[in-house]
Amino acid sequence: MASFSLVSATGMLGSGYQPQSIDKAIALGAQMIGCDAGSTDSGPSNLATGKCHFSKAAVKRDVDTILTRAIAHKLPLVIGSAGSSGNDQGLDWLCGIVHELAREHGLHFRMAKIHSELSKETVLRHLRSGRTRPLAPFGPLTEQDVDEALHMVGMMGAEPIQAALDGEAQVVIGGRSSDTSIFAALPLMRGFKPGIVWHMAKILECGAAAVAVRLAPDSMMATLHEDSFDVFPMRDDYWCTPQSVASHTLYENADPFELVEPSGTLFTREAKYEAISDKAVRVSGSQFAPAKEYTIKVEGVRQRGYSTVILGGVRDPYILSQLDSWLEQLDKSIKIRIGHTVPGAKYEINTRVYGRNGVMGDLEPNKTVGGHEVMIMWDVIAATQELSHTIASSVGHLALHNPIPKWHGLITGLALPFSPGELARGPVWEFHLNHVLVPDTPTSLFPTEFEEV
Amino acid sequence: MAQTIGDLAVLVRSKNAGPFWLTFDIMFDSPDVYRRVRDAKVITREKIATIFRRKPDEIIVVDHDAALAIKVSFPRPHSSGSVQDSDVFGGQQYAPLLSLEV
Repeated sequence: MASFSLVSATGMLGSGYQPQSIDKAIALGAQMIGCDAGSTDSGPSNLATGKCHFSKAAVKRDVDTILTRAIAHKLPLVIGSAGSSGNDQGLDWLCGIVHELAREHGLHFRMAKIHSELSKETVLRHLRSGRTRPLAPFGPLTEQDVDEALHMVGMMGAEPIQAALDGEAQVVIGGRSSDTSIFAALPLMRGFKPGIVWHMAKILECGAAAVAVRLAPDSMMATLHEDSFDVFPMRDDYWCTPQSVASHTLYENADPFELVEPSGTLFTREAKYEAISDKAVRVSGSQFAPAKEYTIKVEGVRQRGYSTVILGGVRDPYILSQLDSWLEQLDKSIKIRIGHTVPGAKYEINTRVYGRNGVMGDLEPNKTVGGHEVMIMWDVIAATQELSHTIASSVGHLALHNPIPKWHGLITGLALPFSPGELARGPVWEFHLNHVLVPDTPTSLFPTEFEEV
Repeated sequence: MAQTIGDLAVLVRSKNAGPFWLTFDIMFDSPDVYRRVRDAKVITREKIATIFRRKPDEIIVVDHDAALAIKVSFPRPHSSGSVQDSDVFGGQQYAPLLSLEV
């Protein structure tokens, strides 16, 4: 069996790479360029707003090199999870950038645009026919969950990308895709073993993240063989070691030996990692077990309200030594005051004390104030921005003058860094779905448009 | 004086594994040191549960021999970026592991 080489431009489209890394990969025989553009790492806001984590300038620059090189060398280019979240707005945005570059460079190619946004009707249809399953630690999906969703996307497997390549698209822009599908789709079509392919894809999806010392994001290349694959970085000052490659299965997974894909599970427990040069590592031995049931993971967000934030610092050692009782007293004053100002209003106040447990919250084992000052953040969530502002301004004022027994008379116990003290944060969201759908077919949730650019 | 995870590891990190899970990697660069920590059972579900006040049965601990790493995962108390979450990327949750004695 002939080998097959491919290159991952960078870990996340827009995070950057050296253009010469792509040239080097092509010179070394890369037959495909791939890049993951998405992540849920930065929280629910990308999916809620459809906006990309990175700027247009950063993404355009990253697309420029891979698009022009792919067209010049007649290589397929596969980008997944467009616009960070892969929802329709993110997908349109990235396709717009591809069109803009095509016009600027006078490029012509066939492009496939794979949608992954799910309508409420689609998800309800699966729910009502018993084709939704919860993932740990969640309970079953409900109609209310679907109703409350602002946006939902399905995370595609390799099949919609393969269908796009079968449809002779040279450039494939996918909505939400499993990071690995981007790199697995074409090699699986060429008949490489799934255990080898999915493990290779898991290493490539983060670009040069699996090198020993990564100074900045860059490209990574892999060559597939019948029973193994080799992985190596493009930058001269990067290198892989067996440990650096083995470690990458740890990254962003709960269980490093079992990676669940829509079509099955990759088992890496038996994988062998060996250095074959001072830069490259050969990996063999992973197994892929097809799933009994093909499933598509759903991501969804709902709005929780509007937020207004107050930040204030405390330096008084007497307040710091009795911070808990000071905060309890403040809570009581807030409840009374809000009860009078906006009777019956529903709101939530999240108070965080930086300098105590602001970073770890509930997980912090050490809840004492260690230093000579703290920053307190009050995050006030309510149904409208106006209501959240109304409540926050009372919170700020009460906190400012919240007394302690030590001082006799009106105090000002909070240093506000800003004027006005209330910071309007706008709408706030949360991920509220952690479920899979059993689709009619692996491609049924992912309508694809072809166009001649 | 006993050595700690902070003394012995070459990397200790925490990160999201999706929006609903936190995962911790404790990595070593010497097989001897890795095996010493692994075999001394410094990192167990029970210890992790005590430190972070979680239930032992929701914690995953995996020894990854090829990576010279021990991995710990458990569900996040609040999903990434939700109103009660204080660490969107989950990147700053590992500090209590550093003082564990080997």
